[in-house]
Amino acid sequence: MSRLTPTFEKLRQNKRKALVPYIVAGDPSMELSLPLMHKLVAQGADILEIGVPFSDPMAEGPVIQLAHERALVHGVSLGGILDLVAEFRKNDGDTPVVLMGYANPVERMGYSSFASRAKAAGVDGVLIVDMPPEEAEDLNACLAGQSIDNIFLLAPTTTDERIAKVSAMAGGYIYCVSLKGVTGAGNIDVAQVKTLMARIHAHTDLPVTVGFGIKDETTATQVAACCDGVVVGSALVSRVAASDGSEPAVLEATTLIRDIRHALDGLSG
Amino acid sequence: MSKAIDYTAYPDERGHFGPYGGRFVSETLMCALDELEAAYTSLRSDPDFIAEFDRDLAQYVGRPSPLYFAERWTRETGGAQIFLKREDLNHTGAHKVNNTIGQALLAKHMGKTRIIAETGAGQHGVASATVAARLGMSCHVFMGEEDVHRQALNVYRMKLLGAEVIPVKSGSRTLKDAMNEAMRDWVTHVDDTFYIIGTVAGPHPYPQLVRDFQCIIGREARQQCLDQTGRLPDALVACVGGGSNAIGLFHPFLGDDSVAMYGVEAGGYGVETGKHAAPLTAGSAGVLHGNRTYLMQDDNGQIIHTHSVSAGLDYPGVGPEHSWLKDSGRARYVTINDDEALSAFRELTLVEGIMPALESSHALAYAKKQAATMDKDQIVIVNLSGRGDKDIHTVAQIDGIQLT
Repeated sequence: MSRLTPTFEKLRQNKRKALVPYIVAGDPSMELSLPLMHKLVAQGADILEIGVPFSDPMAEGPVIQLAHERALVHGVSLGGILDLVAEFRKNDGDTPVVLMGYANPVERMGYSSFASRAKAAGVDGVLIVDMPPEEAEDLNACLAGQSIDNIFLLAPTTTDERIAKVSAMAGGYIYCVSLKGVTGAGNIDVAQVKTLMARIHAHTDLPVTVGFGIKDETTATQVAACCDGVVVGSALVSRVAASDGSEPAVLEATTLIRDIRHALDGLSG
Repeated sequence: MSKAIDYTAYPDERGHFGPYGGRFVSETLMCALDELEAAYTSLRSDPDFIAEFDRDLAQYVGRPSPLYFAERWTRETGGAQIFLKREDLNHTGAHKVNNTIGQALLAKHMGKTRIIAETGAGQHGVASATVAARLGMSCHVFMGEEDVHRQALNVYRMKLLGAEVIPVKSGSRTLKDAMNEAMRDWVTHVDDTFYIIGTVAGPHPYPQLVRDFQCIIGREARQQCLDQTGRLPDALVACVGGGSNAIGLFHPFLGDDSVAMYGVEAGGYGVETGKHAAPLTAGSAGVLHGNRTYLMQDDNGQIIHTHSVSAGLDYPGVGPEHSWLKDSGRARYVTINDDEALSAFRELTLVEGIMPALESSHALAYAKKQAATMDKDQIVIVNLSGRGDKDIHTVAQIDGIQLT
C-alpha cells in the first residue's frame, strides 16, 4: 500500500481536508525544488503533486505551460525528478508524493523501469493526464506490481458509465477536474462541482480531490466543503514565477498554502 | 507479412493500428470523442450522408481531379511514366478540402456551431475557413506564430473567409503547438465546438475518419489509371507530414500487392544534421497529440524541434497508420531534403507549367529519382497534393527577391 490511503484515513478521522499543492519539478530550478517541497509540507500540505515537465503539455493553461518550459530549459528529466523524490524522502518519510505528467516521458523510460525506479525513489502515486483507463492497462499492471497508485481524472463531461470504469482502475484518490477547460482557468462553478461529486460518490468510496481553478481561500473552502481535498496548482506556480528566483522569495510563495490551510481547518473545525 | 493483413479491417474497435493509434487524451475529451465516434459510425454507412458528401466533392470541390500524364517531365527523367494526381486543382488548392468537407458535414449533423482547426502551411486552415463560411459556422484557426509569418498570404485568405486566426506563441511556434492550442480550446468549449483535425493523426477516430474522407484520392486514381492505361501503377509516391494525402492515395491500393508505395518525409537540411522532420526515418515510437506513433524525441521523451522548408511537413509526429505500414513493410518511407524539393518545384513549373506546393515537391523529387531506376513501360503516380502559389513568397526569399 502507498502512503495515500493511510493519509486520507487519518485526515478523515481528524475531520480535515487534504491540501494538495502542485509544483513543476525544476521550476525555477532543481536546486530549489527540494527546499520548496519541504516548505510546502511545513506550511500544511498533506500530499505533494510534482509536475513532470513535457514539451507539449496539452491540458495546461498558460501559467503551467510556462513553468514546463522554464524547467525544460534546465534539462529537467523524469530520471532527475525520481532522484529529487529520493532526496526528499531522506528527510520526509511520511508525506505522499504523486507525479503528474504526460505519457511520453514515461513511455520513453519504459513502464516497468519507471515503476520500479519510482518505487525505489518513494513515489506513491502517478497521474498521467493523457492516459485514460482505456490506454492504461499495461502501465497499471506495472504500477500495481510496485504498490504505486494510478490516479485518474474525472471531468464534468464524464458519464456515469465512465465514472464506474475509471473508478474500477483508480487507486489512492480520484482527481476531479472542476471545469471544462485547462489548468488555471477562471470559470470554476461550485454548484457544478457539487453535482459531479454526488455522481462520483454514487460509484466509488475512493477519496476525491478537486483541482483546476482553485486559487485562494474562498474557492478552496467552497470546493472543499463537498469533497475530500483540493489541489492548488496555477495559483502557486504563478507565485513561484513572480518571485525573483532567490530561495527566500521562492519559499515565500508558499504562504498561499499556509493561508489556505488555515481557511480549510477553520472549515473543518 | 503484409499479405496476411486485411488493411480495411483497421483500426480495431479501440482505434489501434497494431501498437499505434489509440486515444491518449485527458478525461474531459473522452466523451466528446465517444460522441464523435458514434456519430461517424452511424453516418459513414448512411446513404444520404454519403450522397451529400459525394455531391459536395463533385459540385463544390470539382472532383474528380485529373490524373495527368506528365509526358515532357517523363521524357526528361528518362524512366517510368510519371502521372500526377492533380489535387492542386481542387477548390482551395489542395487535398485538404476533401477532409474538411467531410468533417464539416459531421459537425452539421452533430449540431455543432463552432469550428476550430490547427494549421501549418495554412492550407488546412483555409479549407476549414472555407467550409465554415459555407455552413455559416464561426471558425477559429490556430497557427504557430512562425508559420503566420511564413504563410502571410494564407493568413489573409482565412481572414477574408471570416475566420479568426490565432497566432500560437508557445513551444516551437509551429504546427505541433497549434495542435496543442486547438486541443486546449476544444477542452474549454467542448459542448458547441467541432475540432476539424487536418491530418490522419490525433486521437481515435480522427486517423480513421480523415483517412476515409481522403481515400477519394486513391479510389479515383486507381480507376483513372485503369481507364487511361489499362493497368495498375507500379509505384505510388506522396509526401508525408501528418500523412493525410499519402494515406488517401495509398489506402485503396493496399490490397494490390504489385503496387509499391513510397512516403516521402521532409529531410530538411539532411537527416544526418538532425534538422529535419522525418520521424518515420529517424524517430522512435511515443505518444503525442492523442496517439501512439513514430515521433522526433530526445532521450527523455521530450519532443524536439523540426525543420522543413515547407510548413506543411514541419511536424514531429505522423499518422499512426503510417507507423504501422512502415513496420509491416507495406509502404516504404524515404526523405527528400529542402534543396532537392526546391529543385523539383522549379523543374515542374518550367517543364510542365504546373507550380507545385513545396510539400508536394518532396514527392516529385523522390518520384524523379525512383522513375529513373524503372523501365519505360512502368507507371508511377505522384500525389500532387497542393498548388504552389502559397509558396511563392518563400521561394522568392530564397532567391533574394523581396516581394511587397
